[in-house]
Amino acid sequence: MTQAASFILVGARVIDPSDGTDAVRDLAVREGVIVDALSDGAERMEGHGLVVTPGFCDLHTHLREPGGGAETIESGSRAAARGGFTTVCAMPNTDPPLDSPSAVRGMRSDGSCRVRVIGAATLGRRGDVAADLAAMADAGAVGFSDDGASIPNADLTGEILRALAKLGLPLIEHAEDAVLADGSVMRAGSIATQLGLAGWPPEAEVSIVERDIGLAAETGARLHLTHLSTAASLEAVRRAKARGERVTCDVTPHHIALTDAWVAGSRRFSWEEPEPREELAYDGRCRVNPPLASREDALALLAGVADGTVDAIATDHAPHPPERKLVPFDEAAPGLIGLETALSLGLAAVEAGRLDLPTLVAALSTRPAAIIGEQRGLRAGARADLVVFDPSARWRVEASVLASASANTPLLGMELLGVVRLTVADGRVTYRS
Amino acid sequence: MTVGVAAATWAHRHFLDVEGLSREELERILDLAVDMREARAARAHQSMLENEIVGLAFYEASTRTRVSFELAAKALGATVVDLGIAGSSVNKGESLVDTLRTLERSGVTMIILRHGSSGAPHLAARTTRLRVINAGDGTHAHPTQALADALTLRDAFGSLAGRTVAIVGDVAHSRVARSNIHALGTLGARVRVAGPPAWVEGFDAWPGVEVATTVEEALRGADAVMTLRVQLERGAQPANHIAAWRLDEERMRLARPDAPILHPGPTNEGVEITADLANGLRSLIGRQVENGVPVRMAVLALLAGVA
Repeated sequence: MTQAASFILVGARVIDPSDGTDAVRDLAVREGVIVDALSDGAERMEGHGLVVTPGFCDLHTHLREPGGGAETIESGSRAAARGGFTTVCAMPNTDPPLDSPSAVRGMRSDGSCRVRVIGAATLGRRGDVAADLAAMADAGAVGFSDDGASIPNADLTGEILRALAKLGLPLIEHAEDAVLADGSVMRAGSIATQLGLAGWPPEAEVSIVERDIGLAAETGARLHLTHLSTAASLEAVRRAKARGERVTCDVTPHHIALTDAWVAGSRRFSWEEPEPREELAYDGRCRVNPPLASREDALALLAGVADGTVDAIATDHAPHPPERKLVPFDEAAPGLIGLETALSLGLAAVEAGRLDLPTLVAALSTRPAAIIGEQRGLRAGARADLVVFDPSARWRVEASVLASASANTPLLGMELLGVVRLTVADGRVTYRS
Repeated sequence: MTVGVAAATWAHRHFLDVEGLSREELERILDLAVDMREARAARAHQSMLENEIVGLAFYEASTRTRVSFELAAKALGATVVDLGIAGSSVNKGESLVDTLRTLERSGVTMIILRHGSSGAPHLAARTTRLRVINAGDGTHAHPTQALADALTLRDAFGSLAGRTVAIVGDVAHSRVARSNIHALGTLGARVRVAGPPAWVEGFDAWPGVEVATTVEEALRGADAVMTLRVQLERGAQPANHIAAWRLDEERMRLARPDAPILHPGPTNEGVEITADLANGLRSLIGRQVENGVPVRMAVLALLAGVA
């Protein structure tokens, strides 16, 4: 662990969604605490052209501990810090699953990042018996999920939601009807038809979303729908919010910026005309669950981020070794890494005029943090927890520069916008470039 | 024979799909295939591929496609190795990429790949230096079958321009149908697909493709009819199919007089087509098989850069 940060950042654009700040000014940190001014000889950092915001919080991270190989808490935390994240929420679909208080306590934080734990909602993630949610909450779990699958039936979902209502913690639901989605490998649609790949119907997601919204309203529990990938699901959330229900949701960077055309070899963002390329078609690195969205839905999700219906951008960072990806598309393990490219994909949407920067920052920092009860903000007196990035610098995504132990992303080789210069978590420098 | 003399170079390193080939390129393959038919009969070009080692990697059972590729490669003088994958270490867990890289190191120069996963040939093309020919991938493409079909129809009609070809059956699970949609469409034909709703699902969004929902609608005015094998292993009910979709003499009266019938084989006679039709004068099923070898000779020669 490095020592407490002390510096003054001069003339950066300060964006702090916690109080609506968006101004060019100096920001001073002394001994890990944000202060009004610095009189002594602390390090002076030129901030012109840089942006400083509260540290990012990822609600959906696969650290592959215990049991992993493709990532560790240590490598995943370094990837997080390099991506501007100061908190990651470790998902419980590990081997064995994080389904007990001792398993939750076993997920120590590495120095590079706070690691919060999402506990498994059911024992062994088997979807038949609720786990001991209260005991895991006592051990520090900040939410519960059987991520990788939905809680399979409404009875059990209701039981879990009733327990969580008492604890005040959210069910973080991977919404997917296993029967409707069975056998599918990419989003249903004309591209899947032409590629001869089994299509995943949007109804697989929205049917569970509707079920859970109903159950959450009935039980008074908090429901957080993760990695939404369809416009229909987003509409359901929008309606629930309009009714004043306690529903939140996140989308991943890849579901707003990438599309199902990437499976056909396109490498154009959702707001650009797709350009399929035979030599890049069927890349197993484009296989993810839920699958990459249709262009129409990706743009609807992005619009949902822009209008605030989407609470958070969460990465679903899912490391896999090359041998799980260098296989025919339908055999590839679903998932791609995202911690180090989330900001860049968001900035690409900002550059394209689809999103404004303060909204992006809020979706990466203060709003997800609030869902797990973390405070974020750059006011004087607060512990420094922030990221400084250059929004106009570009970098090339190469395995050699990634801090993650894995490199399974179709963005490899592409040049992206946005370079993190400094990450400070809990008053300490966790990343610097 | 003048094949190979002053020919333009072939722009594609691999043969993964018909999609993306221009009409000129397709016509060139078919023209070359016509030459190859004659060359084969005359035992010409027997050393054309003498520098090539062609590997047959069939991850799915196949008789006619595998045999016709083997005959095509041998007719042009290639060394042919059949991996016999069903009985090799491949089924003991070796990955596709590892297997192909081993072949590459062993001196194989071209691989003819049949695989149950859509896009497997694309993976092979991306991860090895082998030239890859797709001999059928999942439900995606079977480009050389479509070439044989296109040649068969071109032989019958002279040109496909303006002709309507109906493809009847389980289009959704058919790589033959997908490749024919591309090939016939690029050659100027109108393609109509037809079958029960689940078998044509999604094809209404395919540019230029008509979807018919009854056999009558499918056949009416068709210049040629291609029927696909009913895949009984997918749980199709033969009785239902026979009642609603089987091609017989009476239904064929809706098509243009003497409209030819094609079938990629193997046929379930009496299920998707009556035995009389399959073996009758309209049937070009035998011609499709005969054209399999010359179109594959043409593809091999073009990829090897010798035609």
